[in-house]
Amino acid sequence: MATSEFAPLKERFDFLTERPSSDYVAVNCPADKLVELATALRDEMAYDLLIDVTGIDWDAASPRFTGVYHLFSSSEHEYLRIAVDCADDIHPSLPSIAAIFPAANWHERETFDLMGIHYEGHPNLKRILMWDAYPYHPLRKDFPLAGIETELPAADVAEATKAKVLAAPMMGGPFVSSSNGPMSQTEPSARDESWTELKFKPSEK
Amino acid sequence: MATTNKEITINDVATRSEELEGELQGETMALNVGPSHPTTHGVLRLMMELDGDVVKKCEPVLGYLHRGDEKIAESMTYNQFVPYTDRLDYLAPLANNVAYAMAVEKLANLQVPERCEAIRVLCCELARVSSHLLGIGVYGMDAGAWTVFMYTFTEREKLYTLFEELTGARFTTSYTRIGGVARDIPDGWLGRVMEFCKGVLPVLDQVDKLLTRNRIFMDRTVGVGTISKEDALAYGITGPNLRACGVDLDLRKDKPYLGYEKYDFEVPIGQNGDCYDRYLMRAEEVRQSVGIIRQVIGSFPEGSYYAEDAKKIFAPQKSKVLSSMEELIQNFMIVTEGPQIPAGEVYFEAENPKGALGFFIVSKGGGVPYRMKIRGPSFCNLSILDKLIPGHYLTDVTVILGSLDFVMGECDR
Repeated sequence: MATSEFAPLKERFDFLTERPSSDYVAVNCPADKLVELATALRDEMAYDLLIDVTGIDWDAASPRFTGVYHLFSSSEHEYLRIAVDCADDIHPSLPSIAAIFPAANWHERETFDLMGIHYEGHPNLKRILMWDAYPYHPLRKDFPLAGIETELPAADVAEATKAKVLAAPMMGGPFVSSSNGPMSQTEPSARDESWTELKFKPSEK
Repeated sequence: MATTNKEITINDVATRSEELEGELQGETMALNVGPSHPTTHGVLRLMMELDGDVVKKCEPVLGYLHRGDEKIAESMTYNQFVPYTDRLDYLAPLANNVAYAMAVEKLANLQVPERCEAIRVLCCELARVSSHLLGIGVYGMDAGAWTVFMYTFTEREKLYTLFEELTGARFTTSYTRIGGVARDIPDGWLGRVMEFCKGVLPVLDQVDKLLTRNRIFMDRTVGVGTISKEDALAYGITGPNLRACGVDLDLRKDKPYLGYEKYDFEVPIGQNGDCYDRYLMRAEEVRQSVGIIRQVIGSFPEGSYYAEDAKKIFAPQKSKVLSSMEELIQNFMIVTEGPQIPAGEVYFEAENPKGALGFFIVSKGGGVPYRMKIRGPSFCNLSILDKLIPGHYLTDVTVILGSLDFVMGECDR
């Protein structure tokens, strides 16, 4: 039976601790117990719908990465949030629950793609939104909003256009102007498109 | 020259096919559909392996419309993100606006007045009608029935005129603010919505006559793309696609928000979970939505269209800003620093036309979210494709994609 209280969950799973939440019941779970917890929640407590899998980057804090799961009971209409801290800050990893909830397959791929959390045991852990050779994890807090220049993924296109790199997507856009310095520099400026053709920036001439 | 006959032996068919087994069956063809293809309704790409006309393997490739909405959300105030929600499910922008505002308000523990709720219910249901009208129209087109599209698109056009009157924009509405909506409804608008409701029902009957018992349409959809109840839940499918499989789950009934419990409506539930049932779901949901709209207008509450006591969240009226110092400061703070939302973690999802659109917001306080995850229903609805499509004919792929009624804007975010 699904529940809106923490006590019945604690009674059944003694490794859980309660997590502060502004809405539904939320629990912290150790990473090595996640698979056991997910299986039991699905089979015993009617949490049959995996709504969402995502991650949070806490930047300077340690543990830096937290995986977040949202479950829903389609029969009893209760939500449950599970948070799992990743032990390793540099190579974060969590066990995959794609074998228990097939819905997790794409969600975990997305979290791996954007946040860089590695899911152990995932059947097909590759990027889903960014292209396969993309080197960064854009949702990490140390990734700049403007983006980072990357190599052009297709070698033949790079050869034909003589453009080696893709510009950072929002470089020069209104959201990336620096907030320090004189106002003339903080104003939104035009996007730097000097990379597209056989042109050099004025400063490089 | 005399003709000579050459005698050749013809074995029976079974023997011949046995001999040719290797040649006929061994070869599969790789077929790439999309990302720019009419049946993919946007920029979905399918990499398929065909054996003759039968799909053996299907791998969806996403990300062609990825704009990094979640990253963008982390660097702007809550109100500034409202226009970005238009571009999630861009066929029902009003419903996205409402779902987003509700999520932030839930974090702020803010209750909006009844009138605001009623306006928002109207927004959600009109968006649902608009989205389903398009969904049914293009679905008919995918299955070869062009006429339906003309009927439904005409009605949708009328809706867009109503949206323009309400919000100032036909497509990208950006109508909600945290704590209310941008402006009150225009004079006489409710009457025009009622007129629209009166006009849309006969059109639905026309569509019904054109599709529901249409021999060709039924041949193409009944028993095609069947999803079992268990699979639908396991893959996290929501909305009409889930209900077509026979799962009774509608957040408007089961987790009522915006006062949906006050309105009398029914949730259509399918039986077989095939493409035909998914069409029936949408057709019936439009009728129910029209019913809800009529009830809302019938008992439209008076009062304020925004939460007046939320001084740090909803910007004051322009007339007051220009005449009162306190309101001027309040307006300045909300515009520059954003609505002040307390710290916490919150997840809210609303029953949108495509399914449950959810926002998971982590706040450290202040006017900017620390992390925002958007759960797009189309993303989850499509994740079943690699299991659903194999075994179907190539021509069925078009119908299956049409019946799932997805939008890549909220899939790729």
